[in-house]
Amino acid sequence: MLPLVVIFALGTGTVNISIADIWQATRGLFSNDSSSSSFSSSSQIHTILFDIRLPRILLALCLGVILAISGAVMQGLFRNPLADPSLIGVSGGASVGASIVIVMAGEWIQSGSALGLSAVAVGAFVGGFIATILVYRLATSEVGTSVTTMLLAGIAIGAIAGALNSLLSYFADNDMLRQISLWQMGNLSTANWSRVAMVAAVAALLGGLFPWDSRALNALLLGESEARHLGIDVQRVKRRLIVLTALGIGTCVAMAGMIGFVGLIVPHAIRLLIGPDHRWLLPGSALAGGLLLIIADSLARVVVAPTELPTGILTALLGAPFFVALLIQRRREI
Amino acid sequence: MALMAENISLHISGFNLLRNVSMRVEPGTVTAIVGPNGAGKSSLLKVLTGEMTASTGHVSLNHQPLNSWALGQKAKMLAVLPQHTVLNFPFTANEVVALGRIPHQTGILKDELIVADALKAVDANYLQKRFYTQMSGGEKQRVQLARVLAQIWEPTQLGDQFLVLDEPTSAFDLSHQKLTLEIVRGLAEQGTGVVMVLHDLNLAARCADNLVVFDSGTIAAQGSPEEVLTEELIFQVFGVKSIIAKHPVTQKPLVIT
Repeated sequence: MLPLVVIFALGTGTVNISIADIWQATRGLFSNDSSSSSFSSSSQIHTILFDIRLPRILLALCLGVILAISGAVMQGLFRNPLADPSLIGVSGGASVGASIVIVMAGEWIQSGSALGLSAVAVGAFVGGFIATILVYRLATSEVGTSVTTMLLAGIAIGAIAGALNSLLSYFADNDMLRQISLWQMGNLSTANWSRVAMVAAVAALLGGLFPWDSRALNALLLGESEARHLGIDVQRVKRRLIVLTALGIGTCVAMAGMIGFVGLIVPHAIRLLIGPDHRWLLPGSALAGGLLLIIADSLARVVVAPTELPTGILTALLGAPFFVALLIQRRREI
Repeated sequence: MALMAENISLHISGFNLLRNVSMRVEPGTVTAIVGPNGAGKSSLLKVLTGEMTASTGHVSLNHQPLNSWALGQKAKMLAVLPQHTVLNFPFTANEVVALGRIPHQTGILKDELIVADALKAVDANYLQKRFYTQMSGGEKQRVQLARVLAQIWEPTQLGDQFLVLDEPTSAFDLSHQKLTLEIVRGLAEQGTGVVMVLHDLNLAARCADNLVVFDSGTIAAQGSPEEVLTEELIFQVFGVKSIIAKHPVTQKPLVIT
């Protein structure tokens, strides 16, 4: 299903490209055969496909994977099917970090960049990490990390972040205000190959490491002391999962702003479909998250063509009704 | 080898929850802990299973300090069933019981057999594919019991095995209470040491080799049910007047209030 969606997404856009053209361009890429790129428009198509759309699709895929798998992990860790990656404060912190950069740094934003990252992205990442460390510290005593305290600390830090954000918006001029709110809606239009490489590395790291803790997460659903009695080093598992999630979500928010609902709804929906066993839930969520974000982003590019909608709006618009449908179906079964 | 607590005291935020408690659980025996609410029974179980560390004194499992065992090894010898386990995720009974096999690397096929046997042992065979979230209180408790049974289903080379149960029969009807006691006795015959907190003195008298009576953080009496259960002790600990009779069939003490 994934390859089909990628091809569909390659073809969709302000300029429609047929599957035959995609095929030809792909062949041209691999064979350096001059005859296949003899069309007058083929270099243009090539640019659209491989420099604009493909990186964006891959970015959407990786971001969807990270958001959904982190959401699944957080829901397991907090033993709450309604938990979401933002609970650990990372999203709030990131949005403050981004707003600070937008408001303080002014025009420098457009010029300054490091490693293909804008200053806003760096600010978001730093803000997200600081918030997570704060939440984690608040919840950790000599006895261990309490997930309940962490939940409350996350809410508190989130509230502070919200207030700071409003404060910054209040002092921002019109231009900055628009930038802040656009950023908070989530947008993938800044995709390029270096960003894809970075996000793909993080996605691979998370996708490679999280499944090792599947059984630990299953045991944690029983409760922390029960998991300990089953021989699981709960404190270490918790620390590892939280650090990885903060890294993943921090990267996502830095690259694409706030894309809501994927981390909350995808794991929840997958759990309704295939059950709560993390050995299947994690890969299932990753795949579904990637698919959802590719579809949402493709639609975001075309529904109001020639301009674009922020992707975050689309994920919520697509995800929420699906979720409601699942709930209704579920209610009938019981 | 044994599960042993020596001179345990536990102070938490100014309260002395346990004072100088010593007890020894031998493999192949059943120890029942009884006592009024808030006497420290659950605290003792928490210290005994390593969930809390004693302020003074130490706990040892098979001649080694309890917390010197690696968590994974400890889990192969010591299974613990807490009083309440909250599980809000729709696992099936099979999946819940399979969690008990996490400490072992015996492969899926073998685990499936053990899971099925454990469920059969607690009369929950019919629950296999049912969702945990849709079960009654007694069914949930039986599934959890099956989970800890699966955890120590087979002997391990590391040492003797112990099962700690905190009020395992609280949600059970008469027939399942009896079944639980039979399971516990059966485990003891196979060499497992069982410790459990019980509220029903008569149930405790019927199945325990060693009866420990707890009162405000200390052990008021311990020994065989016949030695321990006296009218004076029950009045002193529970503040209730009673008559101790003999069970006409089992000859065990019977507390009538």
